[in-house]
This record gives sequence, structure tokens and C-alpha cells, in this order.
Amino acid sequence: MTMVIPSGMPQYADAPRLDVAKIRADFPLLDREVNGHRVVYLDSGNTSQKPRQVLEAVREHYERHNANVARSVHTLGTEATLAYEGARQKVATFIGASSAEEVVFVKNATEAINLVAYAFSNASTDPSADPRFRLGPGDEIVITEMEHHSNIVPWQLLCQRTGATLRWFGITDNGRLDESGVDTLINERTKLVSMVLVSNILGTANATSRIRARCREVGALLMLDASQAVPHRSVDVVGYDCDFLAFTGHKMLAPTGIGVLWGRGELLAAMPPVLGGGSMIETVRMEGSTFLPPPARFEAGTPPIAQAVGLGAAVDYLTGVGMDAIAWHEKELTTYALEALATVPGLRLFGPQVPVGRGGTLSFDLSGVHPHDVGQVLDAEGVQIRVGHHCARPTCVRFGVAAMSRVSLYLYNTTEEIDALIAALGKVREVFD
Amino acid sequence: MQLDQLYQEIILDHYKKPRGRGLREPYEVQVRHVNPTCGDEVDLRVHIEGDKVVDVSYEGMGCSISQASASVLYELVVGRTVTDALSRVDTFTDMVASRGETEPDESVLEDAIAFAGVSKYPARVKCALLSWMAFKDATAQAVATSAVGPRTSAVGPGAEGGDR
Repeated sequence: MTMVIPSGMPQYADAPRLDVAKIRADFPLLDREVNGHRVVYLDSGNTSQKPRQVLEAVREHYERHNANVARSVHTLGTEATLAYEGARQKVATFIGASSAEEVVFVKNATEAINLVAYAFSNASTDPSADPRFRLGPGDEIVITEMEHHSNIVPWQLLCQRTGATLRWFGITDNGRLDESGVDTLINERTKLVSMVLVSNILGTANATSRIRARCREVGALLMLDASQAVPHRSVDVVGYDCDFLAFTGHKMLAPTGIGVLWGRGELLAAMPPVLGGGSMIETVRMEGSTFLPPPARFEAGTPPIAQAVGLGAAVDYLTGVGMDAIAWHEKELTTYALEALATVPGLRLFGPQVPVGRGGTLSFDLSGVHPHDVGQVLDAEGVQIRVGHHCARPTCVRFGVAAMSRVSLYLYNTTEEIDALIAALGKVREVFD
Repeated sequence: MQLDQLYQEIILDHYKKPRGRGLREPYEVQVRHVNPTCGDEVDLRVHIEGDKVVDVSYEGMGCSISQASASVLYELVVGRTVTDALSRVDTFTDMVASRGETEPDESVLEDAIAFAGVSKYPARVKCALLSWMAFKDATAQAVATSAVGPRTSAVGPGAEGGDR
């Protein structure tokens, strides 16, 4: 039976679409074989593959425009600077930032989070620093049990250095964030809440509104780790109304070595520098120095120029396909994968069991076969998945396992690849049963 | 690459029916070794009398390769002199790190030659070596403190030498 949707309402055909065959043709790697099989790449949560358009942009930069940025009067230096700053503007537009000056280029999301942590650290030993960044005994930082190690360890280290206390939200049995303690966990002592937008291991897409509202009530800052969100769905920093947002380029079709810290302009301006060196100074005297405004203040040394250009090209590519179309494609694939995985005997899926409030990251246990063994047998069938603790050991511990097997989907994946995964999981049972 | 090079019958047999598993007393040193990339862990005890490895007992969680290699280790080294056992550990280490370049000697390694296939899978070498490195570490500590004599729970409750 077909439901008729009244005219004037959004129709099924209005769903944003992408042509997956056309997209796959842009990714040379998807053509190769692995162990005698056409590669089935289901590890984009780890790092994404790169389209020709990005590879071309990086090559063209090196072949035609290569020079250092922000310090040369010559033509090549000007071209390189324009390309680097152009990439910054593209990223700003992509995440809805009000200005390109709010986009700090870093190495990866880990560095973005550490940059904020060390800014807090530096402010804490400087009595004249902005009090919002000053930490000491009695102050609290709040994270969640669902975080990647990169959003746990920098805060543990910061708390060790400053005497502040680290607290965290737990995870429900369904793999959702347990927000029940929000009013006590986040309180007048809380200086910063840092949480993941989409879990890299459970796939959970976290709601932020209650936590954000509580942060505003008590005057705490809110940082979002959007590493698994920005590549997959439209993320708007104004919409999220956060204070800092971190993500990395290599998970969103760009090269490795380039990541982004977005910060609210007035906050970045109030933050002390972290790395000192060239490109971040205003005046250097032997007695002391003054520093440039953001983003340059946080970009000491020669930055990853070609990688930034590659990130700009990746943003163009994703925008061309359309983030809503990508999100919809992944939602359909996730629905298909959830139903298919449910047919595998002995498979236990961790995290949300329904394709709502989750991304296309699916972690599971296969009847006690160690994930390394699952990954090895799948590899022999050409199927590339990630196995291990996924840099989220506390989440594994929460669900009572040492490791998980993880499938992570992206815009170039197909239902045929999920079929190949299911068939390969059958081989695992043949070897170990 | 052929999967059955890696998952040989001998390995699957040791994985499904591990020999010598379970922590036993007496022992001189207990160590815990961890593979940080996957979280696999092994707790391993050695009991040495004079220059002889009298017992190796272990407990842990991990993949088939790491679990089977602990079982194979137990069978290979128990009853041998410390020098002989450590020399076989070195031979095993060389074999699995060789990228398939060395010809394993069955008279030295016995069932452990089944792990020659692991050397072609660099991502799995650490799995195969986990318990062997733990044994090497524990034995070195036991030899260094050999004057102390064996520990039992009655003598030293919860006694744990090694790198916790």
C-alpha cells in the first residue's frame, strides 16, 4: 500500500539523492583489488578515501603554486597564501562560521582539542589571563564516557596540571548518552564541557540542547568533537551554539595532516597562545613578544599548506554532492546494514539498534570470536573494517568487551558492499566454529 | 595472501584447547603485558627452580593468535633450562619478525613453527609475541631476584612482580 502524502508536504521523491556509481568513479582506490577481491572499504570512520578532485588540487598546488605563505612578496607566495586563506574561507562557510578568522588550521582533531586544553593550562598560570580559561582546585571539566581517547586524555592531563576535577556523563544500555545527571554534573564549578557529537564507536548522534542550555546557565564553555559529524552531515556552529568545535580533514576526503579548530571569535581572541614561533607574532623583542590575533596566533610555523588546499577541494566536493544527500544516503545504508547484521547468528550490535539518532558507524561482537580474527578473515575477502578498542577503551569497558569490530559507512558505499560484508562474516564462522 | 597460512590447524587447535592455561602456584614473578593497539592482555607467571623452567602459567584475553601462541609457549619452554628456553624465544621472535624470510626449524620450535605464517601479516606480529615477551620479561626478573625463592599466596598474598 502506498501512503499518499498531501500535496504541499515534503514528498518521498524530495529526499536529496546522490548517484553513488558516479561518486565511486571519482575514487581511484575503490577500483583496486585486495586479496583477489574488489576492495570493500568499510573503514571511513578511520580515514576516508580521496576523490580525484582532491588529489588533483594538491598536485596542482605543488606543480603550479608552491611557496610559503604569509611572508612572501613574490607571485608564488601570494598565490599560495590566497589558496591557503581561500581554503580557510571555504571551511568557514561549510560549518556556518561567521568569519574565516574563527577557523584555526591544526594537524588533526587531536591537536585541536589539545590546543584548547593547553590554552587553559597556560591561562591557569597567568593571573592576568581571562578567568574563563583559568583552572584550579575546585574547578571542574565535564566529558562523557563515549569519548575518543583524544577527548579524554588531554583533559586528564590538564586536570593533573591544574588540580581541577574531571567528571563525565555515562552511557545507557542502548548506547545513548545518559543525560539524567545533567543538572548536578554541570554546575557552578564547571568551566568546560567537551563532548562528542557523533560517537566514533557506537555511532550515536548526541543531542546537545540540554547540555548546552545547562552550560549557559552556569557559565561553562561547550566544546564539540565533531570529527565523525562534519564529514557526514550538515554541521552549523551557530545552530549548535557551541564555543569550540574540532574536526579533522582526512575523515572528510581531504589529506592527512590538516584539521580544524573552530572557536567563537571573541573566545579565540581571549585565549593565550600555545605554540610559539614564526607566523604567530606581532613584535619580537629579546625581552618579550606580542602576538597576532587569531587565527594566526595559533598557527606557529609553516602550516600544512597543500593539505589545507586539499581540504578546501574536499569541502567543494562535499558541497557539490550535498551534505543532505550524503546524510540521507548514509541513513538508507545504515538502515540496510542494521537489518542485514541482525540476520547474522551470534552477532551482538553495540549502540543504537535503530537508524535514528545515529550515524553510519556500526560496532559489533561476533559470538566471542576476537575482533582481530574477524578483521583478518574479512580482509582475506577484501572487506576492510576496523577492529580493536577504537581509541575508545572506556566505551568498550562499559559494554564489557576488550574490543569491537566496526563498520563505518560513507557516501561511496553501496548495499552490495554490505552484502559482501555479511557473506564474509559467514566465512569467519566457518574458520572458528 | 592465503588465510590458512595464518590460521593453521595447529594454531586453531591450541586456541580452542589451550595447554597450561590458568594461573598457578608456586611462582616467583608475575607480569602483565598489554598490546595497546587492541587491548589484548596476558598475565603470566614463571616458576623457576635452579636453572630450570618448572612452570609457566597464564591467563588473558585476546585473539586466536595471541591465545594460541601462549599455549604453544607453555608446551615449548616448560621443563627446559632457562638458557635453552630464552634461546628458543629468540628464535621464535626472529621467525615471526622475519616477514617470511627465515626457514623455521621444527626441531627447535616444535608446534611454534605454525606461527611462521604470522610473519607475513605485520599487523599480527605483536599478537603472536605478546606472551613470549611476557615470559622473557618474567624470566629475566626471576633470574635477577633468584635469591628470593618462590612465592606462594600463603607467603606473599597478591604478590606481583613486574610491570603493572
